[in-house]
Amino acid sequence: MTWLIPNLWLIPALPLLAAGLGALLKRPQQRLASILSVGAIGLAFLLACGAFAQTLSEHAERQVHNFAWFHFGETSLRLGWILDPLTASMLVMITFVGGLIFIYSVGYMARDPNFTRFFCFLSLFAAAMLGLVISNNLLQLFMCWELVGLASYLLIGFWYHKPSAAAAAKKAFITTRIGDIGFLLGIVWLYHETGTLLFYDHGAGCLEHGALAKLVAQTTVGGMLVSTAISLLLFCGAVGKSGQVPLHVWLPDAMEGPTPVSALIHAATMVTAGVFLVARVYPLFNAEFAISLAPSGTLPPVSTALQVVTWTGAITAVLAALIAVAQTDIKRILAYSTVSQLGYMFIGLGVGGPAVGMFHLLTHAFFKALLFLGAGSVIHGFHEEQDIRRMGGSRKFMPVTFATYAVGMLALAGFPLIFSGFWSKDEILHSALKWPASKGPFFLALMGAGLTAFYMTRQMWFVFFRPRTDFRPDSGHDAHHVHAAPDSEPHESPSIMTIPLVILAACVVLLSIFATPVWPWFDAYLAGHLSHLHVGWSGDGTLVIVMLLSVVAVAFGLGGGWALYSRVQDGEARDPVETRLPGLFGALRERLRVDEFYEATILRLSRILAVSSDWIDRFGWSACVDLIRLLTIGLAWISRYFDQSIINVGFDASCESVRGWGRLAGLLQNGQAQRYLRILAFGIVMLIVALAWMGDSAR
Amino acid sequence: MFAWTIYLSFAGAAGMFLLPRESLRGPRVLALTAALAGLLAAVGGALQHTAGGGVVTVSKHAWIPTLGADYFLAADGISLTLVLLTGLVATAGVLFSWNIELRPREFFAFYLALIGGVYGVFLSFDLLLLLVFYEIAIVPKYFLIAIWGSTNREYAAMKLALYSFVGSALVIAGLVAAYVVSGAETFNLLELAKFAYPREFQLWAFPLVFVGFGILAGLWPFHSWAPTGHVAAPTGASMLLAGVVMKLGAYGCLRVAMTLFPEGLAAWRDVIGILAVIGIVYGALVALVQRDFKFVVGFSSVSHMGFVLLGLATVTTLGLSGAVLQMFSHGILAGLLFGVVGRMIYDREHTRDLEQLESRHLSRMLPFAAVTFVLAGLASMGLPGFSGFVAELYVLIGAWQTFPKLAVIAGAGIVIGVAYTLRAIQKGFFSGNELPSPARLPAEHGESAISLPEKLGAGLLLACTIGVGLYPRVLLDWIVPSFNSPLFDGLRKGAGL
Repeated sequence: MTWLIPNLWLIPALPLLAAGLGALLKRPQQRLASILSVGAIGLAFLLACGAFAQTLSEHAERQVHNFAWFHFGETSLRLGWILDPLTASMLVMITFVGGLIFIYSVGYMARDPNFTRFFCFLSLFAAAMLGLVISNNLLQLFMCWELVGLASYLLIGFWYHKPSAAAAAKKAFITTRIGDIGFLLGIVWLYHETGTLLFYDHGAGCLEHGALAKLVAQTTVGGMLVSTAISLLLFCGAVGKSGQVPLHVWLPDAMEGPTPVSALIHAATMVTAGVFLVARVYPLFNAEFAISLAPSGTLPPVSTALQVVTWTGAITAVLAALIAVAQTDIKRILAYSTVSQLGYMFIGLGVGGPAVGMFHLLTHAFFKALLFLGAGSVIHGFHEEQDIRRMGGSRKFMPVTFATYAVGMLALAGFPLIFSGFWSKDEILHSALKWPASKGPFFLALMGAGLTAFYMTRQMWFVFFRPRTDFRPDSGHDAHHVHAAPDSEPHESPSIMTIPLVILAACVVLLSIFATPVWPWFDAYLAGHLSHLHVGWSGDGTLVIVMLLSVVAVAFGLGGGWALYSRVQDGEARDPVETRLPGLFGALRERLRVDEFYEATILRLSRILAVSSDWIDRFGWSACVDLIRLLTIGLAWISRYFDQSIINVGFDASCESVRGWGRLAGLLQNGQAQRYLRILAFGIVMLIVALAWMGDSAR
Repeated sequence: MFAWTIYLSFAGAAGMFLLPRESLRGPRVLALTAALAGLLAAVGGALQHTAGGGVVTVSKHAWIPTLGADYFLAADGISLTLVLLTGLVATAGVLFSWNIELRPREFFAFYLALIGGVYGVFLSFDLLLLLVFYEIAIVPKYFLIAIWGSTNREYAAMKLALYSFVGSALVIAGLVAAYVVSGAETFNLLELAKFAYPREFQLWAFPLVFVGFGILAGLWPFHSWAPTGHVAAPTGASMLLAGVVMKLGAYGCLRVAMTLFPEGLAAWRDVIGILAVIGIVYGALVALVQRDFKFVVGFSSVSHMGFVLLGLATVTTLGLSGAVLQMFSHGILAGLLFGVVGRMIYDREHTRDLEQLESRHLSRMLPFAAVTFVLAGLASMGLPGFSGFVAELYVLIGAWQTFPKLAVIAGAGIVIGVAYTLRAIQKGFFSGNELPSPARLPAEHGESAISLPEKLGAGLLLACTIGVGLYPRVLLDWIVPSFNSPLFDGLRKGAGL
């Protein structure tokens, strides 16, 4: 079945076609638009399953298909498709979760006047994301990477008439673009060093041994290996896209987009593109260690690039979890939780390699999509209310949403045994404990696990358990949904929205089968040795300790959260944490003032630069031009003066003198013969006297 | 075939005066015919052009034998790309000038004369002839701005003309010196390029000629004619000004200054690279705080032309090819952006103040303009799939080989580029809290709907940027081999191309 590899492009092409056709539809053609988009992603899902099946049967074999795009200097730039377990698992996840979110959106966006445009953008996004994961060329990946960024921009700003949404869209695009500059420079450098951007090209690709050995053999500024430097530049892009510290600020703001967008783009797929990127170019990140040319004693235990990845992830995981504790917007809590979980994925990549990070990516995609869709359902039910302090008691009104949300919440919190989140997080913790470079990330991750359980318990309490005392719909909150009776009771969402929730919840539980220590199927699948997989306990002693520690941390978080918050009855009351730690809570509620810090430093600096450049341009250069003009005019006046008073005067004077001499000469010639003769006689006498005198003296 | 581009444009300009004075339709149709015929001649010539790297002679006759000046037209891949660009922008410019009602005969006569001069510069391989066409192109610019312009038009026109003449004075001084020093008694570029000038001579002649041409290319800090000129010019003229006239300067830098004086280039390339990067960042920063929509586009031109100059300064095949591709890409995009702002918005709303436009809901009033501007904006911020991406990538790879640090700073310029483009898009089109009142809905403003000529012009340019973005080989197959021709032997020897 080699037909699929050269035709892998069909998977992104289907949604792209749907987006193109959708762009031509008229506004009222909602039904057609939704059928088109859902149908396209459904077909893409079937193809993705075919691709997945192929990686199962021909495991461990990476299949690529390359072709020339355009000539690049003397050589040609070749693009290509790749199919390996990494790609296949992403393809299935994106099309499956994406398909469910598409279906959910049909219900969620039903009353929006720009329904067709929404599905057009959504399909465009899906196409770009699918294109990203099948790319066998870093440049091609980058192009899709920018396209998903564009789709994200369009969808965050979908309700652009809200100034906050427009600002959030702009912020998201620019912040990720800052990271992308590093990414682009990394690409340029990589191309400069290896002469190819194909990942795998039968031995000649940039991730294969020849190229990597070349990169490891050279050093650059500060004695850093070139491979490390390039990895770090590429990682800049991942930091931007995946919302890691210090570029995480855009992701919480991106929640201004419609909730299905938050679920699909800002939780399940696009933000994980950074993780996927690192997983894809993992050989490069690991090259320092894997392809060692230096004597083994001088090497650090882990490659520098992976240390940076791990620490960035660990810091992000804890900071974002802390901030989430003090937020009150249901979607913002989830957004910070996403940032934190992305941090876990990077820890996983850093300490355990692609399989560990990627498994958390996949489980997270399911349970976070589930949580966002559940949050959307809650928001829908509460008539566009997003503040958890104004919700409450929805357990009774929306039982399906509650049950599925609880599943997602327990998976995110890492509740033991039957939830996939537990196993994927446990694997990360286990690898972190065994990490030779430092134990710091392990403890940070453990702390993050407890915090996650804590803030999710807080959220659950406020949204679902707290007795509902007063529900006041905030009428001015949102203008895009028009409801018949804004003061009606909260209600359960229609089944087109709840069915995807149930399916996702089922998946969250089922996925846990694939990575238990008894049957670590996923690990073996990604690593490409499925055939050697044995059923049976594969863990060691530390694994049990890690599991116990993580259970303790989660229990502490859940129990602590419940103990603190179950007494809170009034949503308007001070937060129990705030009463105990007012300073810390305040700082966290202000999101550690990172935005304000950027506003005061980088943004202000760029504004000052811009304004001063503008000023220079308006006045500086113009002043130069004016100065030159004045100088020229001044010179002209001087010239005029010179002309008038020196050259002209000289001319006049010389004319005058000529005339004077003429007059003088004229006196001699007055026409009187007697005077002529007198002068002649005088002259002769003088001549004779002179000759006599000289003749006399000569003798 | 290429020579017809020049003749047809001048013929069209002359033909204007055969039309009755009060005719509105006649001049438009004639101008469109002439521009389209020029475009067809350019496309025809390009198709005849063999893909090899050589210089193909178009027409060669003795002109002033005592000086050794010939009427020598020829083309290589670089000229060909720019001739195509000129044809495209000229055609679109006529379509965007369809609403000119003040003395249309004269307007289009100047317009076509300008284009004829531009074609001439791109095709001349005789330096004296090149200079003559260069001067021909300057004069109509003055009148187009001074008579049909807006904001501060006389000041801008005079500033532009003075800058241009100072530039050409520098160029003439340098070239006369080159003519005398070589002693070959020829203005033939191919002959002069073979001559190795003394190094001391190159050290001062190169900056003279490079800056002389660079003024027109928006070389920082000699750029300040560009924004005011672009803003003051009528739409069609600002499309030409940003679209092709700035390319004249960059073309001259590459074709004349760098080809003749490679050792001078080697000595000065760092300075040029730094000035280019300053231009990239500076132009982008200034664009970020403009209130006048046209000034945003005007300063973005300075920033984008910085990429062209940076590409030239790299002296690598990739960087130079990227520079030429960026000339094409920026020509198309600047034309498109000025078309949208000057024609679609300003002629209807009578303001270009972004603060005022904010409340006018242009995305609903003029959806076609909004979509066009968004696409053009995305292209100009270098998004993949559009021509600007490939061009900037080439330049960056080239720059990475020559000056890695400058490549990093240029990257920062790209981020600011995103910022000012998004700002302009959002302020200009997508803002305003409340929905537009029914009185201002498009249905009631039937006469202000985007007209067919505008749609055709915008469509033509959009198709080009997307086409080249998706399939850059279309141009690169012409551009890249040109750098293998013997014309650049000096550059290979003297500056390590």
